[in-house]
This record gives sequence, structure tokens and C-alpha cells, in this order.
Amino acid sequence: MRNTGGQLVLLIVINVAVLGLGAAISGGSFLAPFNLQSMAGQLPEIGFLAIGVMLAMCAGNGGIDLSGIALANLSGVVAAVVAGKFLSSADPSSAYSLAFIIGALLVGLIGGTVNGLLISRLNITPILCTLGTQMLFTGLAVVASDGRAVAVGSPDLLAQIGNGLFLGVPISFLIFIGVAALVAALLKFTPFGLWLMLMGTNPKAATYAGFPRTGVLITTYATSGLLSGLAGIIIAARNVNVKWDYGTSYLLIAILIAVMAGVRPEGGYGRVVCVVLAAIALQLMSSMLNFGGLSNFVRDFAWGALLLTFLAVGRYNVVGFLIPNKSTKLV
Amino acid sequence: MSATHLHDSAAAPAGRPNAFMALVRRRPEIITFALLLAICVAVSLINPAFLQPSSLVDIGRASVVMGLFALGVFIILAAGGIDVSFTAIAAFTMYSLTLLVKNHWPDAPIALVLVAAVAGGALLGVVNGLLVHHLKVPSLIVTIGTQYLFRGILLAFIGTVWIMSLPPNMGAFGRLPLVQFDAADGRTITLPFYFLVLPAAALGTWWMLNRTLMGRAIFAVGGNANVAERLGYSLRTIHIFLFAYAGGLAGLAGIIHTCANRQSNPFDLVGSEINVIAAVVLGGARITGGTGSVLGTLLGVLLVVVVNSVLVMVGIPSTWQRVVVGSFILLAAAFFVTAQKKS
Repeated sequence: MRNTGGQLVLLIVINVAVLGLGAAISGGSFLAPFNLQSMAGQLPEIGFLAIGVMLAMCAGNGGIDLSGIALANLSGVVAAVVAGKFLSSADPSSAYSLAFIIGALLVGLIGGTVNGLLISRLNITPILCTLGTQMLFTGLAVVASDGRAVAVGSPDLLAQIGNGLFLGVPISFLIFIGVAALVAALLKFTPFGLWLMLMGTNPKAATYAGFPRTGVLITTYATSGLLSGLAGIIIAARNVNVKWDYGTSYLLIAILIAVMAGVRPEGGYGRVVCVVLAAIALQLMSSMLNFGGLSNFVRDFAWGALLLTFLAVGRYNVVGFLIPNKSTKLV
Repeated sequence: MSATHLHDSAAAPAGRPNAFMALVRRRPEIITFALLLAICVAVSLINPAFLQPSSLVDIGRASVVMGLFALGVFIILAAGGIDVSFTAIAAFTMYSLTLLVKNHWPDAPIALVLVAAVAGGALLGVVNGLLVHHLKVPSLIVTIGTQYLFRGILLAFIGTVWIMSLPPNMGAFGRLPLVQFDAADGRTITLPFYFLVLPAAALGTWWMLNRTLMGRAIFAVGGNANVAERLGYSLRTIHIFLFAYAGGLAGLAGIIHTCANRQSNPFDLVGSEINVIAAVVLGGARITGGTGSVLGTLLGVLLVVVVNSVLVMVGIPSTWQRVVVGSFILLAAAFFVTAQKKS
């Protein structure tokens, strides 16, 4: 398991290389503060979803969360509809924003807990369960909004979260880094993190060792749901509107980020810092393709190719080949 | 058409309540059939218009493309994998083939076009199979990657313009009637000839699964891949065959979709994967592999098509469609899991 420092180094190298390449292509404007800020502002929504996917993958036994973006949209839509019933977004006080934020987090938490309950109590395969809930969540968002976009407007607090800067850094990016650090600490310093990783490594051994399987699974998917709720808040704050079909390609991108970060799809290993770096690398590449004037379809193609490349990198241990490690590897 | 169960066919029924559960466990499509029947009866009671030949023909027509997709997904599911790239394969094949025929050989015979569609789809499927086999990661992740790859190539390098006028032979095939009659209100109702492709493909798949060594191998791999390998089945051959078969069906579905709609839209089809997977799962195939039947798959397809088309008839707004199908998936999954546990 020690060969994973290599993944971190590789990701840092990729980030630096893409930054350099972008600067070379654009003649320096790629590194302009405005561009860096806009990239940092676009990152959090997809970053939250990728961390959610990582957590589910770590749980092993086919763990995956396909309902992330659907739940994020549902949180945004339901929070906007409910908050809009009682309060107005034009209100000067931040009551609307607070109600929206609490509503979205609550919906995300409930949705994630439903996933966790279905998977741990009813033993439904995670793929099937989150496929079903993905459809259910999207469907509920359609029903709640009647298939239309719901206006959130730009009340002060939400606008700050979406577009505000603190010392030149987008506030949404700071929130993302803070939450990522929190999840990383959860994985590193609590029994939950240890249980999750060991359960992903060998579910049978974990059962015999008396790990609280149900609790760990529910916590995992509930955390993933909560992260979806956060993504929903950031999406609403940045886009003024929420709609049920926002970000249809996010599902692939979230999985791509997790795979790029070296999270093992069969479970048991994943690092939040790698996910953050992979998300940054992907955002940089995406902006670079934009700077190169390439269409969205080329980007789709590039993401697909990149995902398969990184699967091959993980499979044939290219990282270990490039950056040899002294200690013996388990895998 | 019967179910093939390699690993739990030995479950002996004991006692009265367990006998029913054992039957359901062996033939989960019974539940699908009962549900389908219940929905049809309820809908025709609420709105007798449902039983008109025109709406039944509509359902038949709508289930062809989905049914072909579902057969491909089913055999991959039976072997313990999953495929979400089939819609991209279908879109890729149908659009590039239509473009090719239109620009270079407008008079190509339709049989040749259909064969080319199957071959093209199968070729893309082989790519899937090779990747799934050699990368050794869940096929879901690989096929998400290839879905974007195929679709990206199609839209970025081949074209994004709708083809509104098909080559004459393809258009004629889409209009060719199998049965034609006049309804009470004077409209002519046509069951198109291409409807026959679905039963033919279903029969072929059933034969392949139940009468050939490959069929045995597929269920064996779905039951336990390691044991199957030790028994001497070549996992590589099976993986490539599976995905090529599903890809070929997807290519066929794509070209039929084009002929039926009399236009080729490269943005079509992608996005309907979940509906198809839902249909297969509702038909009783376990997502972990080793179970399921062709008949169950077809019933699952009918169930989803019927649900999609009757909601409006009984006064439920079409916005509820996803909620209903999503709940069905979860209920079916929970039900089958519970049925399997009580052995």
C-alpha cells in the first residue's frame, strides 16, 4: 500500500505540467489571477461529488455512488422550492440563504442515508441501488420543479459563497478545501476511517472482526449525500438557477477524478488529498482545452480516453515503474 | 424460453409458503409478468382506450429498440458485468453508417446495411471486451469511459448535423408494413416489418444461452468467474464475445432506430441506458450475475415501455415517469434480494 506516495507525486507533476503547457499555449494569460480564480470557482461542485464517489468506492464490495449529481440537483431544487414558498430571495436579511443552505444539506443527508440504508439493510448491490436512486432523485426533482428551472436569485450570503473572494481566493474554493480536510481527518483519525478502509480491503474479515458494517456503510453514503448537498448549494450559488438536469456529464467526471486519484475501484484505498489534486488537474486541463478553442465534444472524447488511460496506469503499475519504491508492495 | 440457473437450481422447496418463494426464486419473471398484467388491467379499467389496437401497436413498436438493447445488457449482466456504453455504440454506428451509405453508396441493399451495422457495433464491442478483460476493473467504470470515448469521437470528428433524408432503401425499410389495417376512426395502423427483428434476436439469444457451450460459459462466469476459469473456460474469449454480442445488438438497434424515425440524429439514444438496465433488472436478472432469462428480459422491457406510455393515459403527469421507474427498480431489487435470502 506504500506505492501510493507515487500517485501524489505523479498528480503534482501533472498539475505543474498542465499549468506550464497552458501558460505556453496562451502566452501567459492562463496564469492570470482572473483565470486562476475562475478555475478555482468552478472546481468545488465537481470536487465534492468526486470525494463522495471516492468514499463509496473505498467501502469495497462493488461500492459506488452514481446518484451524486442527481442528489445535488434534488437538494438545490427542493431547497429552492421550499425556501421560496416562505421567504423571498430579494429579502435583505440572510434568512432565505440560510434556509436554502440548511434545506439543501438536509435533503442531501436524507438522500445519502436512504442509499446507505438500502445498501446495508436490504443488501441491494450499490450499483443497482444508486442507479435506482439516481432515477428516483432526478424524478423527484422534476416533480418538485415541474420540469422547469427554479430561480434562486442572488441573495447576499449565497452570492458571497458563489462568487465572493477572500484574500483573492474564491470563497467556494476555501469551503471545498476546508470540507476536504475535514473528510481527510475523518478518514485518518477516527475509527470510522479505519473500518471503512479495512472493510473495503476484505469485507469477510471485517465481518468476522465485528466491525459495525451497517453503521459504516450508512455513514459512508450519508457523508457522500451530504457532499452532494454541498455541491447543490455551490451550483445554486454560482448559477442563480437550479434545474434537475444540470451537469449531466458530472457523473463520469466524478468517477474519472476518483480513478485518476488512484482510488481503487475494488475498495480499500483512497486519499482525499489525491482526489483534490486530481480534481484540480482535471479543471486545469478542461480550461486548457477551452483556451485551445476545442469543442465540448473533444473534451468528452478526452475525458473518456483519460479515464481509460488512468485505469491502465493503475492496472500496470506505471507509477511504481516511473517512481520506484523501496518497500515491497502488497498489490 | 426458460431460465438457466447454475448455482441455485438445487434449492429444494420445503413447506407451503416456501414453495411459492422457491418458485419465484427460480422464475423471478413471474413477478414481472404479474406486475405487467396488473398494470395493464388497472389501466384498461381506468381508460379503455388502452386496449385499442393502435396503442398496443405503439407499445410493440416502442419496444423494438429497447428490447434489442436489453438483450445485449442481459447477457452481460448474466456474466456478472454491466455495460453502459451500448447507447453510444448504437449512436456511433447508426450515424456513421447512414453517412457512409448516403455519401458513397445510396443504393446499398438494406440487408447489407443491417449486416454492416451489426459488424460495426460488434467491432466497438470488441474494444469494450478487450479493455474490460485487460484492465481488470469493474466493467461499469470501463464502459463509462468508452461511452464518452465513442460519443466524443462521433460528435467531435464525424459530425453533429442531423441527417433528415435517409438513403431510399433505409427509408423504405422503416416504412415496410408487416400488418396493416384500418382503425375504427379511419386511421391506418401499421405494425412495421422491422418489429420482427426483436423476436428473431430474442430467439437467437435464447438459443445461444441455452443450447451452446458459450451460453453455459456465460452463466458459469456470472456465477463465479474464478471457478469458471479453473473449469477451463477462457475468460478472455468470453469477455470479448459478450461485449461484441451486445455491441452487435446495439448497432442493429441503432440502425433500426434511424430507419424507424426516418432521420439520423447523432444526439439520440445516449441517456436512455438507465431505462434499459432497469428493464433487464425488472425482468429478474441479478446485477451480480449468473441468473435471468430472455423471457424475463422481454417482460421487463414491456413493463418499462408500458409504464412510460400509460402514465399519461391514467392521468398521472409524465413528470412522474422517472419516480415510478426508479421506485420499481428499488422495489424489484429489494424484493429479489429478500426472496433469495429466505432459502
